[in-house]
Amino acid sequence: MSTNESSESRARGKAPAGERVADWADGRLGIYSLAKSNMRKIFPDHWSFMLGEVCLYSFIIIILTGVYLTLFFHPSMNEVEYHGSYVPLQGQLMSEAFNSTMHISFDVRGGLLIRQIHHWAALIFLAGMFVHMMRVFFTGAFRKPREVNWLFGFLLFVLGMFTGFTGYSLPDDLLSGTGVRFMEGAILSVPVVGTYLSFFLFGGEFPGGDFVARFYSIHVLLLPGIMLGLLVAHLILVFYHKHTQFAGPGKTNNNVVGMPLLPVYMAKAGGFFFLVFGVIAAIAAIASINPIWSMGPYRPDQVSTGAQPDWYMGFSEGLIRVMPGWEINFWGHTLVLGVFIPLVIFPLVLVAIAVYPFIESWVTGDKREHHILDRPRNAPTRTAFGVAWITWYMVLLIGGGNDLWATHFHLSINAITWFVRVAFFVAPVLAFVATKRICLGLQRRDKDKVLHGRESGIIKRLPHGEFIEVHEPLSQEQLHTLTAHEQYAPAAIGATVDENGVERKVKGAEKLRAKLSEAYYGEESQIPKPTVEEYKEITSGHGHH
Amino acid sequence: MSSQDIPEENLPAEQDAHGAVGVADDKNPFADPGLPPHEHRVQDIDERAARRSERTVAMLFTVSMLATVGFIASYVGIPHDKSIFVFPIGHINALNFALGLTLGLALFAIGAGAVHWARTLMSDEEVADERHPIEAPPEVRAKVHADFKQGAKESALGRRKLIRNTMFGALALFPLSGVMLLRDLGPLPGTKLRHTMWRKGLQLVNMNTNEPLRPSDVAVGSLTFAKPEGLEEHDEEFQTEIAKAALMIVRIQPDNIKDKRELEWSYEGIVAYSKICTHVGCPISLYEQQTHHVLCPCHQSTFDLSDGARVIFGPAGHALPQLRIGVNDQGYLEALGDFDEPVGPAFWERG
Ligand code: HEM
Ligand code: FES
Repeated sequence: MSTNESSESRARGKAPAGERVADWADGRLGIYSLAKSNMRKIFPDHWSFMLGEVCLYSFIIIILTGVYLTLFFHPSMNEVEYHGSYVPLQGQLMSEAFNSTMHISFDVRGGLLIRQIHHWAALIFLAGMFVHMMRVFFTGAFRKPREVNWLFGFLLFVLGMFTGFTGYSLPDDLLSGTGVRFMEGAILSVPVVGTYLSFFLFGGEFPGGDFVARFYSIHVLLLPGIMLGLLVAHLILVFYHKHTQFAGPGKTNNNVVGMPLLPVYMAKAGGFFFLVFGVIAAIAAIASINPIWSMGPYRPDQVSTGAQPDWYMGFSEGLIRVMPGWEINFWGHTLVLGVFIPLVIFPLVLVAIAVYPFIESWVTGDKREHHILDRPRNAPTRTAFGVAWITWYMVLLIGGGNDLWATHFHLSINAITWFVRVAFFVAPVLAFVATKRICLGLQRRDKDKVLHGRESGIIKRLPHGEFIEVHEPLSQEQLHTLTAHEQYAPAAIGATVDENGVERKVKGAEKLRAKLSEAYYGEESQIPKPTVEEYKEITSGHGHH
Repeated sequence: MSSQDIPEENLPAEQDAHGAVGVADDKNPFADPGLPPHEHRVQDIDERAARRSERTVAMLFTVSMLATVGFIASYVGIPHDKSIFVFPIGHINALNFALGLTLGLALFAIGAGAVHWARTLMSDEEVADERHPIEAPPEVRAKVHADFKQGAKESALGRRKLIRNTMFGALALFPLSGVMLLRDLGPLPGTKLRHTMWRKGLQLVNMNTNEPLRPSDVAVGSLTFAKPEGLEEHDEEFQTEIAKAALMIVRIQPDNIKDKRELEWSYEGIVAYSKICTHVGCPISLYEQQTHHVLCPCHQSTFDLSDGARVIFGPAGHALPQLRIGVNDQGYLEALGDFDEPVGPAFWERG
């Protein structure tokens, strides 16, 4: 104890200030143990790994700009007359929320910029999460041990949608008010409790005088708070699991190859934050977004044409637009299926992709950890499922803009609606089949490359006149990379008679799993990768092609 | 069946799973050759190239500083209501444009500098780090399970059922208080959605002019919006009332009205319908005078105003409610009662 202290005091004065501060902090917080395992932590490099960073940085930007907006925004629906500097709206009645957003846009210097950065960052945040999620999906990065982190990420996406929606509604302008009305109509369609939910949410009849204040606390406190927690948990897990990597020379399931956090990754990632922020600021400088002054304040009896939500809500818009207007009346009640079914499908579309990792791990029965990423072609069924899901989503997005398609391309809206209705069921199936075939084709090509080498582009004429293309053999790095992926065998139903000769019942779930496994890994679903024997047989007889 | 039952041979070869680094040999041409040797960049070999990189990075950081100065200068110097023309964007707010671009540049240059620094001057040698299994080794697992069992035993929770059950009861009940507290979020719906402000004798007031309407004000082919007499924009409840009471009025040749009740409830071919779409409640705004169709701009529900406003296209589930109208002693259009069904989107209690 005393020796410790004396050595500490001896060091004092000599060591650089930074080191002394760090020592001080270590004595209280134990930061060195943390830094030991993390400061030189290895991060693999791949362009697609930056997508998650885009999300993180846009979230930070959103928080910074959001806090600024709260300094000026008044979440109140009291009606006031506008006297700001935007002439066309002067004298008009509007809620204080709208009035203060006008104030931010026209009278606070730089306020418009911050508003536009906030909104653009929100769009990029959600787009980033969508693409990031697809990257994780198509490379199989969601497999054990990362299933929980997949769910965290998914929740962030869903909460992000609702945070975006509530924020979009805050200025109380004509466009967003129409979106809120849409939501109220959808809530009313819920059987038994819908009317009550609507009255509780809006503090009475729509629009009432409460929803902006309520959405405000949801938007700036509740949802961002939850998201911040999830985000931190997400990042801690990324650190803890260590990043995945693609197969390649020297990269195994037991190591992680890349560059250390300090300095390379920190400089790149830190720099990337500024790049993202810079780009968003520039976008906000040149591209106007949500110009509430041209829409005017919300009035329940007025509407602007071409009313569209932000993109991430577009697929719900599609659902509601193409659904036939079914209404069933019985015993003095109304079942508003035309609105309620879309309201139920909305989360189902999202959940379909969220639960996928658990389905896949059930089908494979694989309990091992996976740190090597799949190339999408090497998991054809998964890839096909993902593409089918995206197709589904896109079909609904198209449906959400049916009026825009109609006016821009001079199509009949009726035709588009029917197209979307049919495509809702058919397009994912077609996409599934087509994707699977493409994946198998690519697998076949990889196999050819391994066995016969790469096409060199050099044409050679043989003595008897035939032309052939010279194939160059692949390097061992390439051979390894192209054959490193694993291939499952379909799970067969185990013996139905046990060692005592007693017949065992085969449960339905077991049969289903065997069937799914066959669909995933049967002969039609993967091209067996080249074996060493095949390779040797072909390469030993050089000159044949 | 649990996944443990899957026979081992269905799982990919074990050796793949453990990723043992094989040595390239005749036996396995696909074996992992190991990390390729590090290749040097120009900057690693040529100090002049390295110095050029250094200058580039420093220049980017300087650009950032200048841009920040530019930001401050714009903030101070540019009036906040000045508009400029920028090709190809058009007329935009000068201050927003200048602030955004200078801020964007200041940030971007820092980022570009840092990334360039990392790429050209910091070591780019790839290193391998080991991974360790996420799950705990068996001894740890056994220890934790044993500890838990010990703790559970000492609590006697399993043995003293009475304590356990009452505790679960208490924990399950107390959140009910929280649920109760939500009750006053809003009033109960009652029959509020069934009624609007309209009642017998209220005049129809033109939304645009704020004057009561005479039949002669409603021309064939025009679409007029109306509100109940006595409802003014400054009223406390204006938004909520207009959300239900908004009317649209058109005049149709009486012989062209196909629906019998519609004709009865009209006045000389003037019909008044709720303006609020029965789908999810957007206000309807487009009128096609030849066909007497109105279109909701939100999801394109189309209603035939000459035939009881039934739905002819789109996701709406039922016709628009009609308001029965007549003319009072002074010759103004008036309501002959409230709507006889709820306006706007359908709901469970609508029936
Ligand atoms: C986390 C994700 C978030 C998303 C996706 C998001 C999105 C949005 C959007 C789209 C708007 C509409 C802006 C407009 O066009 O006018 C908005 C408004 C607003 N947001 Fe956020 N936001 C987020 C977080 C936050 C946070 C953390 C705060 C504050 C601490 C905040 C404060 C505000 C305020 C005050 C407004 C209204 C002011 C205005 O509209 O100009 N937001 N938000
Ligand atoms: S609200 Fe009118 S069609 Fe949906």
